[in-house]
Amino acid sequence: MTVTHAADTVDTVERAAATPEIEQPYGALGLKDNEYRRVRELLGRRPTDAELAMYAVMWSEHCSYKSSKVHLRYFGETTTEQMRATMLAGIGENAGVLDIGDGWAVTFKAESHNHPSYVEPFQGAATGVGGIVRDILAMGARPLAVMDSLRFGAADAPDTKRVLPGVVAGVGGYGNCLGLPNIGGEVIFDASYAGNPLVNALCVGAMRIEDLHLAHASGAGNKIILFGARTGLDGIGGASVLASDSFSGGTGRKKLPSVQVGDPFAEKVLIECCLELFAAKVVVGISDLGAAGLACATSELASAGDGGMVIDLDRVPLRAKDMNPAEILSSESRERMCAVVTPEHVADFLAICAKWDVTATEIGEVTEGDTLVITWHGQTVVDVPPRTVAHDGPVYERPISRPESQDALQADVPDDLARPTTPAEIRATLLRMLGSANLASRRWVTQQYDRYVRGGTVLAQPADAGMIRIDEQTHRGVALSVDCNSRYVALDPYRGAQLALAEAYRNVAASGAKPVAVTDCLNFGSPEDPGVMWQFQQALHGLADACKVLGIPVVGGNVSFYNQTGGTAILPTPLVGVMGVIDDVRRRVPTGFGTEPGESLLLLGETRPEFGGSEWAHVVHGHLGGLPPKVDLAAEALLADILIAGSRDGMLSAAHDLSDGGLAQAVVEAALIGETGARIVLPAGADPFVWLFAESAGRALVAVPRSEEPRFTEMCTMRGLPWVKIGVVDVESDAVEIQDVADFSLAELRTAWEATLPELFG
Amino acid sequence: MSTRIGVITFPGTLDDVDAARAVRAVEVEAVPLWHGDADLRGVDAVVVPGGFSYGDYLRAGAIASYAPVMGLVVEAARGGMPVLGICNGFQVLCEAGLLPGALIRNAGLHFVCRDEWLRVDNTDTAWTARYAPGAEILIPVKHMDGCYVADAETVAELEGEGRVVFRYTDNPNGSVADIAGVCDAGGRVVGLMPHPEHAIEALTGPSDDGLGMFLSVLDQLVRA
Repeated sequence: MTVTHAADTVDTVERAAATPEIEQPYGALGLKDNEYRRVRELLGRRPTDAELAMYAVMWSEHCSYKSSKVHLRYFGETTTEQMRATMLAGIGENAGVLDIGDGWAVTFKAESHNHPSYVEPFQGAATGVGGIVRDILAMGARPLAVMDSLRFGAADAPDTKRVLPGVVAGVGGYGNCLGLPNIGGEVIFDASYAGNPLVNALCVGAMRIEDLHLAHASGAGNKIILFGARTGLDGIGGASVLASDSFSGGTGRKKLPSVQVGDPFAEKVLIECCLELFAAKVVVGISDLGAAGLACATSELASAGDGGMVIDLDRVPLRAKDMNPAEILSSESRERMCAVVTPEHVADFLAICAKWDVTATEIGEVTEGDTLVITWHGQTVVDVPPRTVAHDGPVYERPISRPESQDALQADVPDDLARPTTPAEIRATLLRMLGSANLASRRWVTQQYDRYVRGGTVLAQPADAGMIRIDEQTHRGVALSVDCNSRYVALDPYRGAQLALAEAYRNVAASGAKPVAVTDCLNFGSPEDPGVMWQFQQALHGLADACKVLGIPVVGGNVSFYNQTGGTAILPTPLVGVMGVIDDVRRRVPTGFGTEPGESLLLLGETRPEFGGSEWAHVVHGHLGGLPPKVDLAAEALLADILIAGSRDGMLSAAHDLSDGGLAQAVVEAALIGETGARIVLPAGADPFVWLFAESAGRALVAVPRSEEPRFTEMCTMRGLPWVKIGVVDVESDAVEIQDVADFSLAELRTAWEATLPELFG
Repeated sequence: MSTRIGVITFPGTLDDVDAARAVRAVEVEAVPLWHGDADLRGVDAVVVPGGFSYGDYLRAGAIASYAPVMGLVVEAARGGMPVLGICNGFQVLCEAGLLPGALIRNAGLHFVCRDEWLRVDNTDTAWTARYAPGAEILIPVKHMDGCYVADAETVAELEGEGRVVFRYTDNPNGSVADIAGVCDAGGRVVGLMPHPEHAIEALTGPSDDGLGMFLSVLDQLVRA
């Protein structure tokens, strides 16, 4: 049964002004009493249904950052002028943009799609990839690669078998069909994510600096063109109650899935179409339609411009019958973009869209005024100052309090946990950890992703960082890594976030690239929980302070709150993505041993008996307590300098960062990836358990060709970086031998490493 | 006149930039061809690259086989023009009737992206003459629908006539007789699931073994 919305029943501005007493379902739409009152104050009357829908979605936590805004300012406060020098756009734009040299600008950003991916793993993950790609596209850049950072409940939990294969297939299905290489990411298991998996997708794109487009609607008379997919009822869902009786006349006809359905083919065509539009210079500004759909795009474009805007909803191409204004405005149908075009370019614009069979419709124009006016069936259904929707949402200073349990957690140090002591015990521990869910090979996942398309992938998983070539003539490129050890963050959010940054920074440097910028995706529980807000604030400050020390700015990011099941929050997960620049990608440093005939193995950095939050404590004892490893940012910066210099001067033939699982994991991975054996000799008097499994930060394993060994070690000594020779690569050998501890055949190691995920997920 | 190789782009084609780069890597001009084109712009050979043409929401390659440009390709191929179909391009050539058999969902039901050793079983085609007979080459595969099937009679015919051009040494998708690529009766039209255009330099691919296909056709065209 369908309900028609006759023009005389629609809630117009006129009607709203005349009927202040009508009760509105703002609570069901997610607005608090005080927020609804504020809307009425701003408008001087009650909002119309359509206005209420706009304010509700735009003032949601997801769109307005109302709980995080006061804290996010800290990023700006800790960014120095020097750090801004290469920033072409920062926080607040669709994505941050960096000048990487040779006239190239690179843009990158990560975004969460957590909740939809639990409800519908395939489409949730797929549309997450689609959304972040459009953010990059909206800057004027060609999207070049994606990465995905995934977190699930325990690997052997029944629901993980539902969620993980769907998410992986969704990331792959969308990205592969879109033609973007997937160059890296994470897959992490922890019981805290069981009812709330994390799907964080990152996209990187590039453009010539002069092609940078910032989204704004300026110039009265300029046309607003909506193009791409038609607008439907899918994904009216952040505010799913829009489909409720109060909006649809009581029939319940519109209970469509609140998770959008992705069409990667439409997005691929949209990418090519947009790039052709940019190249033809027929757009003033472009915005993508993601969360909050047209409500978001129109209010943001208008408030970023210098005038007002009129929109006629009757012109919006729909794919469902009888959609009302509120539904049209808040639909989150995917694969749509909105452009501002000068009148003389409209014909050219439409011709390019026609070439790509992309539906494009003029739906309004920029006006002299300062209000956003939206009409439907000839009546005004929205008349608002756009800034009040897009920027003047509520801002909260949520209560913050360090949880009382934090002291007990930190006091529960891992020192008394039973450690392996005999060679046989260490051997068994190494194999057990190698095959554990978090350390096992990710091949089952990553081989479902196309890493080759576009021909620019220089490094991809399982390398420390993904690397792509940006310029085929000069060989300039960028490297990216996303990291977070959420157990460290749980133990000490400030330090844990710094360790996430340090790891991503180290991974980028290990590939040979110089880290230049940061994006983040801050996944936490409920902001209404003072303990969660404390984690958030601590993590954010830790990250910002560390960025300042390392001299690399946070250029964009995303906050995802309410990641919890019932009252139990996920482990705090401030994902950090670091981008680095490399002048010549031919100098990239691979992860695997054996690219040169004779290689010495050096361990750089200082090893301490640090096991708080370690993979060993987790796997062997199910223990989480104590303090995470020490952070020494000066040492991280020095290590990175050495790694980059080693790459530039051709002194390194392989490098692998030490993180989860410690030295043992790094050696085994480098041997398996390079299909080459090695002999490890730990320093005299070393405690093998500590040396093999401690997770001290600021360390890397490097393979140095014999001929370069004196030069490289001299450089380390001169600059004060601790180093120790811990063995040699043996191209003749098919084993990893740890002298006086244990020997392993590569076949045995490979089985332990690679069998786990296929056995779990088929 | 210099040699020119056309590279077709359908909406949803993804590896056209890679195919064009591979063509240029052997110092041949790559000529972009659009799905709606009404002529082949005087090219000497055609590559139908990989991707998901028109989204492949129907059977892979089915809609693309009806694109205007494909009518011209079929006609040119029947006249002896060398044509190489890669991945989705292979599916398109099968759908267009230029090559026998069909490609169905991988045996494992997952998309598979990995480096595969292929054996070159026929070095008499327009696209493989540069390889030594039985050579093993390392080329990436990346596909969802790469399982080659044909009826027993067709497979026997292909085997009998030596028209199995490439075979997997570690079959990733369940293809009959480990078939990775086949050719038409004249050896001018070749289709394969693996991606030679992703193996033209060690920097961005597992090897440069894929160059042999582009060098082979160049030899053919220069000689002609």
